[in-house]
This record gives sequence, structure tokens and C-alpha cells, in this order.
Amino acid sequence: MSIDMSQFHQVFFEECFEGLEAMESGLLTLDVGDVDAEVINTIFRAAHSIKGGSGTFGFTIVAEYTHIMETLLDEMRDGRRQVTQPAVNVLLGSVDCLREMLTSIQNETDVNESIVAQHKSALEAVLNGHAIPDAAPAVHAPQPVASAPTAKSDVEELADDAEAGWKISFCPYLDLLKTGNDPVRLFRELNELGELTANVNIQDVPKFYELDPEECNLSWDLKLLGSVSSNEIKEIFSWVEGDCELEVQALTKPKIVNPIPVVEAPKPVVALEADPVSIETPELHQKPAAEAKKDPEADATKTVAKASSSIRVDTEKIDALINMVGEVVITQSMLGLVGENFTMDKVALLKRGLAQLERHTRDLQQSVMNIRMMPISFVFSRFPRLVHDISSKLNKKINLKLVGENTEVDKAVVELINDPLVHLIRNSLDHGIEMPDERVAAGKPETGTIELKAYHRGGHIVIEIIDDGRGLNKDKLLAKALEKGLIEENLQLSDKQIYELIFMPGFSTAEQLTDISGRGVGMDVVRRNIQSLGGNIEIISELGKGTTIAIHLPLTLAILDGQSVAVGEEIYIVPLVSIVESINITEKMLNKVAGKGETFRLRGEYLPIIRMREIFNVRSTNKPKSTEGVIVVVEGQGALCGFLVDELLGQQQVVIKSLEANYRRVEGVSGATILGDGSVALILDVPGLVRLSVR
Amino acid sequence: MAEEVENSAATSGRDSEQSNYNKSLGNAVQYLSFALGNEEYGVDILRVQEIRSWEPVSRIPNVPSYEKGVVNLRGAIVPIIDLRERFNFSRVEYTPLTVVVVLQAGNGNKTRIMGVVVDSVSDVINVDKTEIQNAPDFGTKVSNEFINGLVSVNERMVMLLDVDKLLKLEELGSDEN
Repeated sequence: MSIDMSQFHQVFFEECFEGLEAMESGLLTLDVGDVDAEVINTIFRAAHSIKGGSGTFGFTIVAEYTHIMETLLDEMRDGRRQVTQPAVNVLLGSVDCLREMLTSIQNETDVNESIVAQHKSALEAVLNGHAIPDAAPAVHAPQPVASAPTAKSDVEELADDAEAGWKISFCPYLDLLKTGNDPVRLFRELNELGELTANVNIQDVPKFYELDPEECNLSWDLKLLGSVSSNEIKEIFSWVEGDCELEVQALTKPKIVNPIPVVEAPKPVVALEADPVSIETPELHQKPAAEAKKDPEADATKTVAKASSSIRVDTEKIDALINMVGEVVITQSMLGLVGENFTMDKVALLKRGLAQLERHTRDLQQSVMNIRMMPISFVFSRFPRLVHDISSKLNKKINLKLVGENTEVDKAVVELINDPLVHLIRNSLDHGIEMPDERVAAGKPETGTIELKAYHRGGHIVIEIIDDGRGLNKDKLLAKALEKGLIEENLQLSDKQIYELIFMPGFSTAEQLTDISGRGVGMDVVRRNIQSLGGNIEIISELGKGTTIAIHLPLTLAILDGQSVAVGEEIYIVPLVSIVESINITEKMLNKVAGKGETFRLRGEYLPIIRMREIFNVRSTNKPKSTEGVIVVVEGQGALCGFLVDELLGQQQVVIKSLEANYRRVEGVSGATILGDGSVALILDVPGLVRLSVR
Repeated sequence: MAEEVENSAATSGRDSEQSNYNKSLGNAVQYLSFALGNEEYGVDILRVQEIRSWEPVSRIPNVPSYEKGVVNLRGAIVPIIDLRERFNFSRVEYTPLTVVVVLQAGNGNKTRIMGVVVDSVSDVINVDKTEIQNAPDFGTKVSNEFINGLVSVNERMVMLLDVDKLLKLEELGSDEN
């Protein structure tokens, strides 16, 4: 019977966190004045499945806690309790608390019980404080009550249900045990429903030498306290129907049941059941808890290691993939046929087959890529809460609009974009949107709007954060930059360059530091993170009207559009995103600077030039074409720069392979790819190369 | 394979063969031996993934010259190290007979694979663990730290290399940069 439950833990936690997110978004959309029953139902269902799951896995602390939430939600659902803002806030707090509990259980660390107790008492206070008097007293009791989804229907349908409890006389036939039923298991299930007291009758037990251990000579009188429906009891006993005599009576009108008298035999049989045993609730609860505690410890490392590596995929996507694989197999067998006894007249057929194979391969590639794609809502869904919390802390009125949540992005992008986005949204909340009275004075609606928008554009995903706040003040930015010595005086900067200033390390214009933003670390980190994802970030702002921050990201981190360039006999890939333009030049067009660096004059601006042959020490047998070459103008670290290469070869999509997996990081190189002929080409890391050249 | 052949030659009867085999497993380790110049080296055969012939590599810029570059090994990017250069032997021209031994190094729960260029692969040798001697500080070109021990096979001395240490060199290399 010892199934290793820990193998399901990961799935359980994933489901729990999904459930918590559903609860959170439900709670946030809950309109206190006009309650949508469906929303409460959604929240309730999420809470209920977390309770059920954690009970199954023996995370009693979670189950008990969720139970209180569930009780509260149940009352709200039935209209027995009004939905008030304080109650919603307490529920939101308890979602956080649950998340913390689950995270610590997942990470095998101790649950912070004092915090849990604190939340628990807050919940109980709400539960007891404002309850409408009619609420059944049983609901307040700390023990598990009727499983929730059925509760509502039961209330109407089972008018004869006893509130107080049930008296059950359970008298199994002799061969109950032979059918594989275990009374103890039944009692355990009963105990889940309410407080169970069991008394065993041993007068039927034969003398020791006459005893057949496979026969069940015991019968029980059970007392179950709590508001339980008779259906639930019957359900539990449905397994032993026909193998026993069963009488279930409501405790309110007690009736004495006489078990069939058999031969008197007072000898104790099994040690455990020697005396009338009263099974007590806590004992049964503690056992699974203790087991559960042991399990995770043993599997600690396994679980942690597995934590981040799973992905949920739509079956639709998998079906599409299987379809494609089928097509490829068909094409392959067709080509196989052509290959057998090949004659020249089959060339046309061969070509057709190859064309088909090419198409299928491309489709297959796309479907596989699709599996890694997930909707950006995984990130976006966290923000309503963030905005709700921070805006109430700042006393601002802010409405968050999410657009394009179903835009799909690579899983890796989803994981890495979260922190930068949180930072940007906090900035918008704190610095962007003004206080309500300020807004009214400026002739804007009192409630500010932040729009979070995602859409696809040309092989990229664009995420925009648009606020209608005060906008960036160019003069203030310039003054601040001067004060901090980040720029020199009398420098003429374009609007774009001024906005770029906020990405400089140590730059903050906030008059006062808050715990939300303003410390001046951040925007440079945001930009670095986004660049490391192969994307870029830009700002458009209008004073008094608002700011738009646009992040452009590649759809996937696995494939990149690249320009292959030749340096000597070697081939390198330059990411297309960073290329501004390419120019054919001759040696004479380069200017030496102080005998060391070189520059190229491009439309009146001097570009620093990096000679790829020199920076990569390319030894080439064929003479460098000293007289001409190609300058690939790239943008790295916010500045333009030119790479001098021998030749441009072609643009292609390349599959990014890690160099670090078997080797190590190489400066100036972000990864490698495999070219059509099977050889390896390195992908250039443009900002890294610029840094390398400075040294 | 070689061990099975030797075992069946040395014993008669299936049962005893089996038990002998098991017994020998307790102390025996198999090594793949290969030649570098006049010296013979061995690596734990369980670390050997495959043996390939030399093929042109893609050079990696700005790394020590013994790191020849990377190749595409069925979709994985695998670095190739020249052991001759690594151990300061004189360089030789690569021929189609030059051999690349692809080794696995365990690094925690992560394994890495890496190819090493050697002159030729000689044999699979059975070594009794008890026969492995510690390497004295002697005048080979290989620094002592990569050598696990010495063993003599048919009057020849074979230096047993520690694959993990050998492949960990890479990390040190990157620190120096």
C-alpha cells in the first residue's frame, strides 16, 4: 500500500499555485457591492481543490488553513455572509500566506507557523465576527465539515439530516475481511466527515483455539458528530454493502440497536481491539502528518532539482506535432522508395520528395517551437495584485488594463521577463501616475490608467507599458545627470538620448526614496536583463501626458535571425537585431586615432571600428583583403560601433546551441550554431565584443 | 570484450567463469590505453563515450592553443583538446589516422563531454585496483595532478589519467583570462 506519494508532489504544487493565482485574480475582480456568484464559485473551487490535495498528501497545516478559508467562502457563496472589503483583504492576505506555506513545503523548509497562526486568527475573526446569526454553528467548528461542492444541494435535499450527528451500528458478516475490506479504513474516512467515536463489541469473539483469524467477529457502535449528510455516510459504506448489517440513525432521535446475539466469548483477540476502543480524532490526523513529514525529507534533493524543469503543454499542440511526425515519416518512406533502384528518370520525383521534406521539416520545427510557447498571461496575471497593493499603499487610484494576454512567448522569455516588468510597473505606479488631486488639477481623470500590452510584430514580441501619468521631464533628467556627473555640460542631446539617461547606473530623479522605487538601481539592470534576452527597450514620453516603455524581445531564445559574415576562413554569425546597416568600404576610408584605434566617418559621425581579424586573432592563409572590406554597423550598449569583416555571406535563421554546456563562456561570443554543412559557427555577442575591444 | 575473452580462456566451466567474472569485477577496472609520442596513457573506459577520427574544428578565438576548437557532435557543441599540446609534446600534423577520444566528465549531476586528440588508441586493458601504484614525482611531461596512478601492462608502463581533473582544466583556463 505504500505508494510513493512524493512523485506527485510536483504536480500538486503546480496545481496549487495555479489555484492560488485563480483565487487571487478572482478576489481582485470581486466587486464588493455587486457580487458575482460565479466568481466566488471559482475562488471556492480553487480553495477546495487545494484543501483536498493537501489533505491527500498529508500537508495537514495547509489543509486546515484552507478549510477555514473555504468555510468563509462557502458562507459568502450561499449568501449567508456579505462580501465586505475587509473580508476580501483578509482573504487576499491568506492567499499570500498559503503561497508561502506551499513554497516552504515545496522547498522542504519549515513553515513559519507564527505567521500562519496570525493569518488564521485574522480569518477566524472575520468568520466569527460578522457572521449572520443564522450561520450553522457546526460551520465554525475547527474539524472538517461536509465536503463543499455537495454542501449546497444537501442543505435543501436532506431535510431529515441531523445537525448534531449520527449513530451507526455496523455489524459485518464473518467474511467481511475476505472481501478485502478493512473496517479501520472505513472509520478513517468517517473521521474525515466529523468527530468519530467508535465502540467495539467483542462478545461474539470465539475462544482463542476456535478463532479463525480471517473471520470478522467484531461489531461496532459508531457515533459521528457534525453536520454530515446521510448520503455521505452511505457512500462510505457502499463498499461493504451486502457484507454487513448497517443501521444509520440520526442522533436527535436515538434508537437502540440490538446486535444479533451469538455465542459468548470474552477472550481478547487482537491486541488493538481487545477493549472497546474509542478512536479519537487527533490520532488519526497525526499519523498521516507524520508520514508526510518523513517523505519530503527523503526526497528533498530530488524534488528541488525537478522544480523548474516541467512544462504544461496543450494536447492540441502535441497532436499537431504527432501529425507532423507522421508526415515526415511518410515522406521519408517515399524517398526511400525513390532511392531503391535509382535511375535518372526519377530525379523529378526525388526533387519533389526533397521539397516536401523541406516543408515538413520546417513545419515540424515550428510545432516543436510551439511547445515551448506559453501565453504571456503567466506573467501578466500577477500584476493586478501588484497594482492593487501598491496603489492602495500610495493612495493612488489606478486602473490596470491588460491587452494581448494570450500572446505566446517562449517559456524561457516568460521566466526571465517577470522581474524587469515588475520593476517597470512599479516605476510607473510610483513615479508615473500622479496623486488623484494632482491629476484632477491637471484636467485628467482622477483614476490613472496603466496599460500592459503584448503583441507580435515581425518575429518579435513587443511588450508595452503605457501610463497616462506625468511623463518624463527632460529638463529634470538633464539637470540630474549633470549633477551626478553622468554627462558633460553644454552637450546637445536628442530626446531619445535624454531618455536613455535613466538607464545609466545610479540615476534616480525621485525626490524621496520609497520602498517601491527610487534607489537608482534598477533601470540599468532592467536594460541589461532585457539585452541578455536578446531584446531592447525604448522610451517614448510626453511631459504631462504619459510615458510608453516598449520592450522588444525575440519570440524564442532557441532560434535567432543572423547575418553570417566571413573573417578570413572563419564564419561568424551577427544577430540581425543588433545590425543597423552594412557598408562596403576601402581601407582609405578609415581614420587612425592616436595611432591605435580606428574610426569611420558615417554621415558626419565618427564610428569606432573593431577589426574582427585582430580582435579574434584570425590567422588566415589567404591574404587579408587589405584594401576593402565590409563594415557592419551594430548597436551595442546604446552606442554605435562598426565591425570590420571580410565579406557578408547571407542571412539565415540559426539554432542557438550553448557553448557552456560542454565548454565554457568565451568572451565576445554568445553561443554557437551548426551551419548547413554540419560545421560549427560562433554567434557574436555584440555588447561583449565592444567591451572586449575597449580593453 | 577483451575481458570476456580472457576470462573464458582462463577458466573452464560456465559457473566458475561467471563467478570469476564477478570476483574480478570487484577489483578490476578497465582502461582504454592510447599513445602520445612514446608514452602510453590510460583513461577509465566508462568515461569514454566514443572514438572518432580527426575532423576539422571551428576555432575558438582567444583561448590557449591546446584548445583546438569545437565540433558538432550530433547536435551538441563539443570542445576538442589536443593532449599533445596540453602536455607540451611537440606538435604533429593531423592525419586521417589521428584519433579523437570523446570523454565524459561528471561535474556534480551535470556531465560534460569533450574530445581529446591523441596519436593512436592502443588497447583495452584490465587493471586490478590493487596493482595501481601512486605516481612518483617523475620527469614526464604531464604534470602529476592529472595522473591517478601507474600500472604496468606487459612490461609497459601506462599512466592512468584522471578524466575529471583533465577536463576541469577548462575552468582554470577561464579563470586565467
